[in-house]
Amino acid sequence: MAMLNNAEISRYSRHLILPEFGMEGQRKLKQGSVLLIGTGGLGSPLALYLAAAGVGHIGLVDFDVVDESNLQRQIVHGTSTIGIAKTESAKRRLHDLNPHIEITTYETQITAANALDLMRPYDVIVDGTDNFPTRYLTNDAAVMLGKPNVYGSIFRFEGQVTVFHPAAGGPCYRCLYPAPPPPGLVPSCAEGGVLGVLPGIVGTMQATEVIKLITGIGETLIGRLVLYDALSMRFRELKLRRNPDCPVCGNNPTITELIDYEAFCGIMPTQSKTQEKAMNTPFEITPKEVAMLLEQPNRPFILDVRNQYEAEIATLPVTDKLIPVDELHRRINELDPQVEMIVYCRSGGRSARAVEMLRAAGFTKIKNMVGGTLRWADEVDQTMAKY
Amino acid sequence: MAVTISIPTALRQYTANNASMSLEADTVGNLLHGLIELHPDLGQHLFEEQGKLRSFVNVYVGDEDIRYLDGLDTPLKDGELVSIIPAIAGGQG
Repeated sequence: MAMLNNAEISRYSRHLILPEFGMEGQRKLKQGSVLLIGTGGLGSPLALYLAAAGVGHIGLVDFDVVDESNLQRQIVHGTSTIGIAKTESAKRRLHDLNPHIEITTYETQITAANALDLMRPYDVIVDGTDNFPTRYLTNDAAVMLGKPNVYGSIFRFEGQVTVFHPAAGGPCYRCLYPAPPPPGLVPSCAEGGVLGVLPGIVGTMQATEVIKLITGIGETLIGRLVLYDALSMRFRELKLRRNPDCPVCGNNPTITELIDYEAFCGIMPTQSKTQEKAMNTPFEITPKEVAMLLEQPNRPFILDVRNQYEAEIATLPVTDKLIPVDELHRRINELDPQVEMIVYCRSGGRSARAVEMLRAAGFTKIKNMVGGTLRWADEVDQTMAKY
Repeated sequence: MAVTISIPTALRQYTANNASMSLEADTVGNLLHGLIELHPDLGQHLFEEQGKLRSFVNVYVGDEDIRYLDGLDTPLKDGELVSIIPAIAGGQG
């Protein structure tokens, strides 16, 4: 068992004088290791509190760089680290907070090819990611390695926290949700927004569970799902059960090696990252092309499928109508299928769905403005606000 | 039988921003269909076309998952709390 030196003893004194924790708990923390998948909203408080608490080895996995819009909630990063890798940014802050611990950074995306190798050296896995493919991947890999997976997820004002640990008799993520929603049905934080303090609360609850798992004190959330609603400031607890027929952790598992998680979540390879590839389809148009069309006498009809409060932040110079994408199917009759029409949103995702829906309803003269107002701000009007 | 149904943030845009509603229903299935009658846009988010509850939507009566009760036929008692708990994935970005 790891020994503490005098500097560590004074640093951790408030832990050491907790009778339930004591020297033994602190040494277990020093001996312990945790892999944080995602160094963003949830990963920030997790990394800060686990480093401060003295977890001996913290691994950080993230491929993203710090952006100004992250700082509303991602408190491990700072204005001085905008533009640098999140893993490196976090490592600097954590080293400053606690020089006695080891930090390993992995500036990469976790994939089916590397997940098992990334996780293998660590005692506890923490899921602080922001998308369904990575959540299913993290779950399956942790189950296969028999490691606890401390799960947290957030949306707008609401959070969910639990510990998945089939090796200890508990359920896994697939027992809770056997299959993910089809892409586009559930908005992401980037689309739906998130209250900045929410990941602080949820990530800190996850950090608490990590400390309990490593030290063995208290009662973990295995088999219990905690729901938190920031607006009503209410916590609730639901029972989670292991599904004996679960394809990953059940009695006769059918998934015994990692699969293609993008495909499992219904994401087509061309849809995910190579938006440009689809540009040759007749139903897409770039912001620059739209800008040119707007200057012609017979300009097309411009449809915004965002919410009204988004239009108040940034909007194209001309918008003929705003119909939020979720209302489109019952308001289609407000649109004329005979006129040339361009549909836009913030990043091009919702407008693509809208164009698909309108095409299915018989509209043929419609185009999706690829990249949305974000790309318009980059390529046409640099004074437009990006949100 | 008046029961309360709680609507998660992710679905409130389809219920005119109602966080919870009080409805009359004797089973979970009837409750959900009553809710959809009031808020038709919610339908596609709760049920597949074949009428099966979607696999990323869980429904709880009290603190128990209806999959471990009688599913949509689970009977409801007066004053019970039914919760819709969809999968949410946010956290990093």
